[in-house]
Amino acid sequence: MSRWFRRSQKDGSLLALPTALWLLVFFVLPLVIVLGVSLMSRGRGGVAQMPLTLTHYERTFGIFSIILWRSIGLAGLTTVLCLLVGYPLAFFISTRRRRIVQQSALFLVILPFWTNFLIRTYAWRILLGEEGTINGVLRALGIIGEPLQLLNTQFAVLVGLVYGFLPFMALPIFASVERFNFRYVDAAQDLGANETRTFLRVVLPLTMPGVLAGCALVFIPSVGAFVTPDLLGGTKGLMIGNLINNQFGGSGNMPLGSALSIVMMAVVMLSLLVYVFGNRRGAGL
Amino acid sequence: MAQALINEGALGRNRRVKRLGRLCLWLNPLVAYFFLWAPILVLVLFSFNQSKSVASFTGFTLKWYSNILNNVVGAESAFSTELMLNAFRNSLFVGAIATAIATVLGTMIALSMARGSFPGKRLLDGLLFLPVVIPEITQAISLAIFFKVAFDWIHLLSGERVFPGFHTIIMAHVTFNISYVAIVVRARLADMDPTLEEAASDLGANPWQTFWRVTFPLILPGVIAGALLAFTLSLDDFVITFFTSGVGTTTLPVFVYGLLKLTVTPEVNAISTIMMLLSTFLIGISLALQGRGASRS
Repeated sequence: MSRWFRRSQKDGSLLALPTALWLLVFFVLPLVIVLGVSLMSRGRGGVAQMPLTLTHYERTFGIFSIILWRSIGLAGLTTVLCLLVGYPLAFFISTRRRRIVQQSALFLVILPFWTNFLIRTYAWRILLGEEGTINGVLRALGIIGEPLQLLNTQFAVLVGLVYGFLPFMALPIFASVERFNFRYVDAAQDLGANETRTFLRVVLPLTMPGVLAGCALVFIPSVGAFVTPDLLGGTKGLMIGNLINNQFGGSGNMPLGSALSIVMMAVVMLSLLVYVFGNRRGAGL
Repeated sequence: MAQALINEGALGRNRRVKRLGRLCLWLNPLVAYFFLWAPILVLVLFSFNQSKSVASFTGFTLKWYSNILNNVVGAESAFSTELMLNAFRNSLFVGAIATAIATVLGTMIALSMARGSFPGKRLLDGLLFLPVVIPEITQAISLAIFFKVAFDWIHLLSGERVFPGFHTIIMAHVTFNISYVAIVVRARLADMDPTLEEAASDLGANPWQTFWRVTFPLILPGVIAGALLAFTLSLDDFVITFFTSGVGTTTLPVFVYGLLKLTVTPEVNAISTIMMLLSTFLIGISLALQGRGASRS
């Protein structure tokens, strides 16, 4: 036993072996199977069978491309909105002088996050529904006569995504701002830079790691969102996650679902590459 | 200085833009906090509403809560207290086992990553990072297909029929939890002073003793924090569980999803309020424990 431990401590590979095997079987192998299934034909009951075909990829980029682009567009818009709200918010929290105020400001961002994602999304059904709170208040105030269609729209999905992932943006930026030395702002202004210039040349580059991490953390789960469009989007707000889910029901098409998720994986990998590349360039500056 | 003077003397329009920008910066946190809290407060508020409407508040009542406890919710909401408690028990069961396995596996690989050096380590490091970043739905359907293929093979080879159930949910939960445990434990290992281990072996402790007497007590708060995180994630997970569960193994989030999909009823608002309180309470306790663990060492 002791010899085994010494050896594993020396190079550490034995210690990693069980976990590596687990990940190989339950993470890598399933992804490889999905790739394989995505290249097969649809058999009876939606299962995969031979021969190999590229039909599902053709359909993904053909008739389903509108949903693919909608997902990427909604995720991109979510990222931009989270950045616009999250960046000033992170500065607001970070610049509170008294510790207790700062801690509370941070806590108030994190606390809603502790609630189950399903329930947080469901809360928007109450707000946005035809008989919901927003329509109720607007009608009571006499601003509208007929209820607005808010639920089951792309707008509802966008609101739900921003709501669900805003802390993912605010928290990494907050961590960056905490490390930021505000004397640099004084220095830049002493050297004659105006506020815009100070922000663009000093503040933004130095908080860029947080911005990049936040963007990746918001964009990736938004592209693959399933619960939010499912509960808020209806048919108009259908995203690729729902489309994948639909392929695994009774009248589903497993190979098509696999092809869709491989394409989604590719989008995610691409955004990860952008993140890594952006970080490197930032570090080189 | 000259630049500052030019700025001072800039056009009035420019100054108005600047003032508007200031105002926006001030309004931003207010809007953001309102945005974050309004849905939750509305949900809680209407769980106490006398009428079934969520459009206007007509009066305070506790009847929806007592309906849940007394099991007198209409058949339309597909709810029974017993089913909910059963789902909650299932969640605890899955969470406990998945957490135990993931904590051991995650801690082992964290140690290996922090202390070891072997070919393929960087590749393994990247692999360990992937389950955290890829969308849940990808992991969910890949596991669903994997289990289906595996069970088909088992049927073909042994004639035995296997169905998804607790075992598939647990295997799925372990898979996504390993990475989170590893990240937390590794952070703890990075903060640890490696000379302590060297000192122990200089004083004649064998590696086994060094680990249990020095390393493990020092990383224990990290291991506990990782386990609590894994347990929380496991209790909270919906998407991956939804795709890997079988008949009769409904966990609480899957059960709640069934309710939420159906309709907006005051009872669902009440259940959501209870669940919110419960998870806030649980996470509060785990953070308090982590805080104590961190300050003790």
